[in-house]
Amino acid sequence: MIRINCPYCGERDHSEFTYGGDGSVKYPALDASMEDWLQAVFQRENIRGVQTESWHHVNGCRMWLLVERDTMTHEIHSVRVAHPGLQQALEDPS
Amino acid sequence: MTRFSAWNVFRNGLSGQKGWDRQWRDVEPKADYDVVIVGGGIHGLATAYYLAKKHGLKNIAVLEKGWIGGGNAGRNTTIVRSNYFRPGNREFYEHSLKLWENLSHDLNYNVMFSQRGHVSLLHSPGAVDAAARGYNTLRLTGSDAEIWGLEELKQEIPHLNYAANARFPILGAAVQRRAGTARHDAVVWGYARAADQLGVDIIQNCEVLGVRRDQGRITGLDTSRGAIGGSKIGFSVAGNTSRLWDMAGLGTLPIESHKLQAFVTEPLKPLLDHVVVFGVGGTHFYISQSDKGGMVFGGDLDWYKSYAQRGNLPIVQDVSECALSILPCLGRVRLLRHWSGVCDMSMDGSHFICKTPLDNLYLNAGWNYGGFKAGPGAGWFFADLIANDRPHEIVAEHDLKRFERGYNIDERGAGPDPKLHG
Ligand SMILES: Cc1cc2nc3c(=O)[nH]c(=O)nc-3n(C[C@H](O)[C@H](O)[C@H](O)COP(=O)(O)OP(=O)(O)OC[C@H]3O[C@@H](n4cnc5c(N)ncnc54)[C@H](O)[C@@H]3O)c2cc1C
Ligand SMILES: [Zn+2]
Repeated sequence: MIRINCPYCGERDHSEFTYGGDGSVKYPALDASMEDWLQAVFQRENIRGVQTESWHHVNGCRMWLLVERDTMTHEIHSVRVAHPGLQQALEDPS
Repeated sequence: MTRFSAWNVFRNGLSGQKGWDRQWRDVEPKADYDVVIVGGGIHGLATAYYLAKKHGLKNIAVLEKGWIGGGNAGRNTTIVRSNYFRPGNREFYEHSLKLWENLSHDLNYNVMFSQRGHVSLLHSPGAVDAAARGYNTLRLTGSDAEIWGLEELKQEIPHLNYAANARFPILGAAVQRRAGTARHDAVVWGYARAADQLGVDIIQNCEVLGVRRDQGRITGLDTSRGAIGGSKIGFSVAGNTSRLWDMAGLGTLPIESHKLQAFVTEPLKPLLDHVVVFGVGGTHFYISQSDKGGMVFGGDLDWYKSYAQRGNLPIVQDVSECALSILPCLGRVRLLRHWSGVCDMSMDGSHFICKTPLDNLYLNAGWNYGGFKAGPGAGWFFADLIANDRPHEIVAEHDLKRFERGYNIDERGAGPDPKLHG
């Protein structure tokens, strides 16, 4: 069982989460070119090694997280909140 | 090479089985080939076989990093059927099923193809309607289909959970009689042996580590057994496609690697004559009984991207729950083993048999977890593509550019999320 250290809930089994997908994908502006949209929606690096991916703590705090995980060993290197403002608030509560 | 025949089996029975030779040669790789296929699964071996047999090519190698059939070819639940519905897929899988029907004769190797029937349980009036539509499509396009009501189903498979208070009561089934299972290792060995007889070099323990390029062409492959050149190169490496693609410097692909598990129980006396599929409201489960008696089954992917060939525990629980909800009689049977394979999940759930941005590189990939049944057909159409340097019309839309054209071939209608396809 992969264990994910949720910034809000602590370390939990991955079965509490749903897997989003490749978290490095950035959607382009709505009026961006077809080529940019094609890349974002359909094309993947499919890394064997450490990749950033999104996980949803759906049976917990319901927050979306960005997890750095090794797709070969399943080792987790970092977990942060996907929403940049919330992550910042966690890091610097003042 | 001794041909397999009733007489030879009998004769060797009398002489202590000493009259058999190696089934394929163990050769040193040559420096150059006309065609090099990377990946010694069913697809790679079948491709080499049809290149030699049907297209008359002579100088062919199959490079396999481990042992042939050590990948998904030897890890799958062996279900063979042709009830796919999208244009292109429909014709492709029917063609593949027809090849299966004559495969043991063609290869002179018993692949133990057993047309025991594929029975998809139906649990709602909506599912019955959808099955009727599928039935019509199959019957109108030269295939076989049946719809079974509850009485017929009970006669064929008496020990399913027919309780009226089941969470998902069974209403009937959509059936393809010509579908079934085959012995996965035998298919690999049969293709290898037949290809070898036609002069194909099958080179095991030969991992491709680098791809040499000169502009728009591949000039050679760096392997764990030295440099190997090929005028034409075919990639057929299932879950490792993106890695080879990366070695060739080609960037991204509409593919993600996910793992799928399979399970087998201790052997039982004959219990289940068909392949039974249970899929409703988020569950997905398929089960058959192997010739050794083990109940062989599987379900969904492990739900996160992975290159690790080992499965996780939540899926063990999921499939066990599914097993018990349709076959409660399995409650006290022990699980023997479970394992996993890395699948090349594509963005629309359909495959790629196509040319690539490099002149002499051809791609066969994106088989999701349905590529066992496709093996003979994929080999046939991939060989046709490599020999003629153009796709056959049946796979013409199955290229890497279809997303650019807005042409998704999405059997499940699940959208561009690889883990949702099957
Ligand atoms: C658990 C499971 C259950 C399945 N059940 C079914 C089913 O019931 N019905 C069905 O139709 N399909 C099923 N599938 C899918 C099917 O097994 C695959 O789609 C199919 O086997 C893929 O084609 P292949 O046999 O050529 O792949 P593989 O056997 O995986 O062959 C690819 C080969 O490439 C080799 N390779 C990789 N990288 C390199 C390299 N760098 N150099 C050299 N060689 C390399 C690998 O070692 C491997 O042997 C299932 C898959 C899994 C994992
Ligand atoms: Zn949480």
